[in-house]
Parts: sequence; structure tokens; C-alpha cells
Amino acid sequence: MDGSGGAPGAAVSVAYDGLPDSRIVGRHGMFPATTHDDVARINFLAQLNRHLATNVAPFVKTAWEARVEPAARARLGRAPGDRHEVRQALLGDPMFATWSALRRLTMEQRQQAGRWIAAREAETLAARAEAYADEGRLDLDPSLPIPRYISAVDHHCMPGSYHKELIPGDVSAGANYDVGLFITTGGLLGRWSDGGGRAIVDWVRRERPDFRPRRILDIGATLGHNVLPIAMAFPDAEVIALDVGAPMLRYGQARAKAMGVDNVRFVQADATSLPMFKDGAFDWIQTTMFLHELSLVSMRAIFAESHRLLAPGGVVLHVEQPQYTPDMPLFEQAMRDWDAFYNNEPFWSTLHEIDLDARFIEAGFDPAGLIHDKVSADARDIFPAAAGDTVEDFGRKAAWRLVGATR
Amino acid sequence: MSVALALAEAGRKPAGKRPYFLDAQVERVLAITMVVVQELAVARERIDTLERLLEDAGVFQPGAVEGFKPTADQAAERGLWTQEYLARVLRILQQEGEAIAAAKKGDLYSEEVAAELTADAPA
Repeated sequence: MDGSGGAPGAAVSVAYDGLPDSRIVGRHGMFPATTHDDVARINFLAQLNRHLATNVAPFVKTAWEARVEPAARARLGRAPGDRHEVRQALLGDPMFATWSALRRLTMEQRQQAGRWIAAREAETLAARAEAYADEGRLDLDPSLPIPRYISAVDHHCMPGSYHKELIPGDVSAGANYDVGLFITTGGLLGRWSDGGGRAIVDWVRRERPDFRPRRILDIGATLGHNVLPIAMAFPDAEVIALDVGAPMLRYGQARAKAMGVDNVRFVQADATSLPMFKDGAFDWIQTTMFLHELSLVSMRAIFAESHRLLAPGGVVLHVEQPQYTPDMPLFEQAMRDWDAFYNNEPFWSTLHEIDLDARFIEAGFDPAGLIHDKVSADARDIFPAAAGDTVEDFGRKAAWRLVGATR
Repeated sequence: MSVALALAEAGRKPAGKRPYFLDAQVERVLAITMVVVQELAVARERIDTLERLLEDAGVFQPGAVEGFKPTADQAAERGLWTQEYLARVLRILQQEGEAIAAAKKGDLYSEEVAAELTADAPA
């Protein structure tokens, strides 16, 4: 209990397969200054998330099998017919309710912990971003309307979402996002939280070895953590990182500059309509864990715009959590739906049930050019135990599906 | 650096109504408790850092903390501190216990006494 169980000098780290200390996260020039307590809080919250996934969530499954499912079956006179009936049944169970309350609280505490750092350091960070600002690498549009799917609820309980500003020139939303990534993913995204981006680069190099994109568009780039590996892998390409949130873009541009990546331009725009780019302007359009934050209408518009913006032979790739297919048990679907209803991800549930192929075809893509694959982050640089990691956190694991289309 | 901004902004409510999974009173207490749990871990990590730095600086030997045996006076001071600590933490139980006897002696709400004190003299 007090960590002193081993003999003095025993190499505890040899047997330890838990999360690394968050100090292992890379400190680029925009990373906020943190106190010992800030870091300890991040460590604790990451461990708490891990504990809930590893040691508590399995009991929710036990409760489902032992009492919730039988009771629901008795009440309905049949098995629950879809994930919504499963979730409604689970809501009445004390194990699901307690796990849910703790999971929600962990996210709320994570936001408070991150925002404490980001708000405290806001002025210093804004000044630093100003110093890193690079004419032509940051293109903000203060008149841009914030879409309803961003403004109605703050995604993952992140107060102020991606766009609210605390002070002029604010970057605190970006800083909060950056310091908190470790908490939700426990280091599984790697030293620079860029596991998603590195995974897609690996896929492209393996599957399209001759691909030489000249222009790349990353939509919903937030702080650019997933687009930088792409930009570094293709240094001759001109990369556009798009987002609606100015604090994210300011932070992202400064972060890229601090990390020595100079072929990315951060642009504030809504990807449903990008008249500033010509037809066929891009060879590669990328999103990473982005589609689930949209709406049906905006997703359709973005798919159509992607078709317009891609040059012949170009490719659009979306990295996402897996779709709910008939072979996925309803219990797992209901657990994966948790974030949709209880972690402010309102489009999550719908996105994961719709026929994405049909959406690509509707947008004009050739059915023969559709892409389906799996990708996962390689975090062995900071977290050796992650190589064989099997802990399922219902929608938060750093292993994804790739869906896409070739123009 | 602005602690004032952090105080105002860190704990803001996100847009979107909050779901409750347990009885709201219970979930509120759980929310407070989990932050106490968190802050204990934060304090524990700080103490751990202090111990290791002090060991590294040669202020004391590895194992000195684990092997520490308080003198009788030190043990008494600690025991006293623990008694005081528990009395503070569990004050509500002390007062609820005393209330049982007080009720029998006619303990009143201040609101009741207020009514009594402001009643006019009988005509």
C-alpha cells in the first residue's frame, strides 16, 4: 500500500506493467509550465481512468450477464433488441451507475485539472504563442460562425469547447487539451500524443508506397498533434490544418513552430464549405477522431466537399473508433455509446451505426475505391507494456478503424 | 501567471445538462470525495518526492522513514494530533449525539425562538 513492499533497491520497474509517469510526455516550447502537484494530479487521473477500465468495467459486464440482462428479458418477454434498450436496462443497475458516476467525475476532474494549468498559464502562453507566430502559417477568421454541433454541448465535458477565449490571443483551450491527452489515453498515444498521426503515416507508407502528396488537408486538427507526423513524413508537401477553434489553431501553429515543423498552415474554417480552395486542390484529406463530433448534415457536406477538393488519384482517410456492426454484441455497443450520452459526444452513437460506404458513394466516390482497415498507435517509445495492451476502454483505446476513399 | 483566472475558470460547467447516475445527494458527496481522494494522491506523491530528495541529499539514509520509531513524547504528540483530527472530522457525530439529550431538555430551532421573542405581550 505504501509502495515500500519490495526489498530496498529491488527493481520494481521490471515487474511494473502499469502506466508511465506523465513526465514522460514531451515538453515542446508551448507546453505549459506545470507544478509538482499539477503533474501528480495528471498521474492520478490517468491511473484512475485505467483502474475504472481494468478493474471496475468488467464488473459492469458481470452485472449485465448475471442480473441486468435476465431482468430485462423477463420484463420485455424477449431479449433487449438494440443497444438503447441495453443501456436503459443498465441505467438501473448499481454497478453500471457507480462506474458511470466515477467515469463522469474522472472526466470532470480531468477538465478542472487541465484548465487549472491552462488558465493559470494563459497569459504566459499567449505571449509565447505570439512570439512563435509566423506570418502565413496562421489564418484566423474571427467572423466564422461556430457550428451548432460544437456550441450546443461542450465535447467531452470540456468547458468552452475548442473555441471560447479567456483572454485576447488565448491558447488555453489548446494547452488544456494537450496536457490532458495523457489522462484519457494513459500515454498510449506516445511521447508527443501523436499516435493517431503516426499510425496513419505507417499505413500510407505501407499501403501506398509510391504516394507523393503535394497538398494535404487535415480537418478538425485541434492542436495539430496528429497532423505533425504527416507533415514530417512528407516535408515537401504543403499541409493545411483546419479547425473552427481559434485557441486551438494559435496553440497548434506555435506548437508546430516550437517543434521545428514548418510546412503546416493552421486555418480557421468550417470544412462544410471551403471556397478558398479550388477543385482538386488536395491529394490527401485526413481526419483523426473527428467524424463523431459532427452532425449528419455537416458530415454529408464535408464528404461532398472532400470529393470536390481531392485531385484525381487523391485519397480521403478517416481514423475513427469502430462502427457498430451486427457481430458486435449489444452490450459492447451500449458501453461504447456511453460517451455519446454521458460524455457530451452527441453524434457518437449515430455516427457509429450509419453506413459510411453509402455516404462516400452519395458524395460521388467510386465504390471500387473505398478503403477499410485497422490502425493502432505505437507508443512503445514511452510505454513498453502498451505493445501487448488488451485493456478495452469502450471507445478510448488507441486502436482505430480506417475508412476512406480514393478519388 | 494568473491564479485568479484559474480560480474563476478551471471548474466551469461545460455546456450541456449533467446526467446523474445515483441519487443526486449521494453523487454530490461522491464527487467531493473523489477530489479528496485525488488530492491525497497528489500530497502522497509530493511526500514521496521529498523523501527521495532528502535521501539523495544524504539528509537521512534509505529506510530511515520506514524504520522510524517515535520516542514516547513524539508518539504522544502524534496521538494527540490524531485525536484532534478525528474530533474535527467527526464533529457532526458529536453534535448529533449531544442533540439527543438536548432535545429532551427542550432544544429549539432559532426560528422557533425568534417567534417566541417577537411575540407581543398578551393584551
